[in-house]
Amino acid sequence: MKEFMLIFRHEDGARVASPEQIQVWMKQTMDWLGGIAAQNRLVSQGNGLSFGDSRVVRHGNIVTNGPFGEIKETIGGYVIVQAESVEEAVEFAKGSPVLQGEGNSVEVRPIAGH
Amino acid sequence: MEHQALIPHLFRTEAGRITAVLCRNFGLEHIGAAEDITSETFMAALETWPYKGIPENPAAWLHAVAKNKARNYLARHQRFTGKVAPRLREDGASTIPETEIDLSDNNITDSQLQMLFAICHPAIPVEAQIALALRILCGFGIGEIAHAFLVSPDTISKRLTRAKEKLRTAKDLPVFPSGQEINNRLDAVLLTLYLLFNEGCYSETQDTVLREDLCLEAMRLTYLLLGNNSTNQPEVNALLALMCFHASRFPARKDRQGGIILYHDQDESRWDAALIAKGAEFLHRASTGNRVSRYHLEASIAYWHTIRTDSEEKWENILQLYNQLLTIAYSPVAALNRTFALSKTKGKPEAIKAAVKLQLTDNPYYHALLGELYVDIDNAQARKHFETAHALAGTAGDKRVLQTRLDALADQGEHAAKNSGLP
Repeated sequence: MKEFMLIFRHEDGARVASPEQIQVWMKQTMDWLGGIAAQNRLVSQGNGLSFGDSRVVRHGNIVTNGPFGEIKETIGGYVIVQAESVEEAVEFAKGSPVLQGEGNSVEVRPIAGH
Repeated sequence: MEHQALIPHLFRTEAGRITAVLCRNFGLEHIGAAEDITSETFMAALETWPYKGIPENPAAWLHAVAKNKARNYLARHQRFTGKVAPRLREDGASTIPETEIDLSDNNITDSQLQMLFAICHPAIPVEAQIALALRILCGFGIGEIAHAFLVSPDTISKRLTRAKEKLRTAKDLPVFPSGQEINNRLDAVLLTLYLLFNEGCYSETQDTVLREDLCLEAMRLTYLLLGNNSTNQPEVNALLALMCFHASRFPARKDRQGGIILYHDQDESRWDAALIAKGAEFLHRASTGNRVSRYHLEASIAYWHTIRTDSEEKWENILQLYNQLLTIAYSPVAALNRTFALSKTKGKPEAIKAAVKLQLTDNPYYHALLGELYVDIDNAQARKHFETAHALAGTAGDKRVLQTRLDALADQGEHAAKNSGLP
């Protein structure tokens, strides 16, 4: 069994969702995570990465307010799962509600050292 | 109460108190002596009461006798450390100070708490912690503990001896831990109490009185934790809430023959409303701070089960709670129950897909769940899973329940065959 990080990439991280929409997403995310956890394959539910109060430090110590605007995709969070193969990890990733957003993606990366 | 019934009753309530107080006085390395004095005290009662009559205040009588015996023990011990030991050691100082044995309510409570924290030492395996708690704090006999765990008395004796040896040699004991150390040890204490309670709920012994006693002792000890400021913490309240909700159904889960009645077939009017209200109160008190423990989640799930009527809201809440529970603490039971909740919110076909992924093929409850999910969708599959579950089931009670499910399927099959005109 190997560990894979599923990294959520959002096309437009700055877009503000309504509280109702957030609630629906939360529920969908928990249904998805609960399904993985029920198979005892969830290693870490990770941390959500907030878009508020974020900065990007660039070459030459130039600090900008958040990654938005100049970079198209931003990272919204990650979880770590256990899977027999990258294919199986991809099957887990396919259920993520993040993928409902058209420009969004989930990056599947094996964790080095496992 | 006649002395034949009174002494076992008193033993259950007083033995743990006396032993805990004596251990606090003597130090945990003398746990054997403390237990001996407790049993000698009860022996004295057995010998005296039948002839002289039961004293007016039996508990006070026991306390007085125990105090005397403890003083004698300390005096003997002091003679040894005072006269014999100096010849063996150079410094010659007596290490045992004169102590007063304090059997006041406050000291009993403190001693029992200390004992509970001492028992839940990381060096002692969890199953031994439970046995120790039952033996030392709840006054259970070796035979009773063996009966509850379905192992031989010999196994329990060995388990206890090894655990006590660990306690005797562990040097950082038995002071009541403070501050951060309470938090570190509290997790183990709560797990022990939780498992003790579960043992009572799901023990394979047929002895229902014994099973309920295990649960009540777990509740008593948890309640003890709430009486102390440093251990009156949200997750302790949550654990007691969980226990209250489950215990509220005890009267309803037995039929006249002592068989188990499943949740869905229980007479709701026999659920204990007062205990449910108590549970709600503890759960309310648990809702402070910012840590959601597994006990919070399990108590909330148990709360929703005290509402009999099915609703979308009920099952959606239960599903979300299981989702959360599984992300912090996986267990096969939680995985199976989550899948059942999924069938209530998203329908059986969706739940079957999720159930198959659980891969708990050695678990009888996995097949029982799949059996339930396949009923009316694919009865041949349902029968197959119920049969597998029946073969894997570990208890006669479970086998009986599964047999009724198989019989119901067979009746249904016959009925369908008749209606379709087939023989």
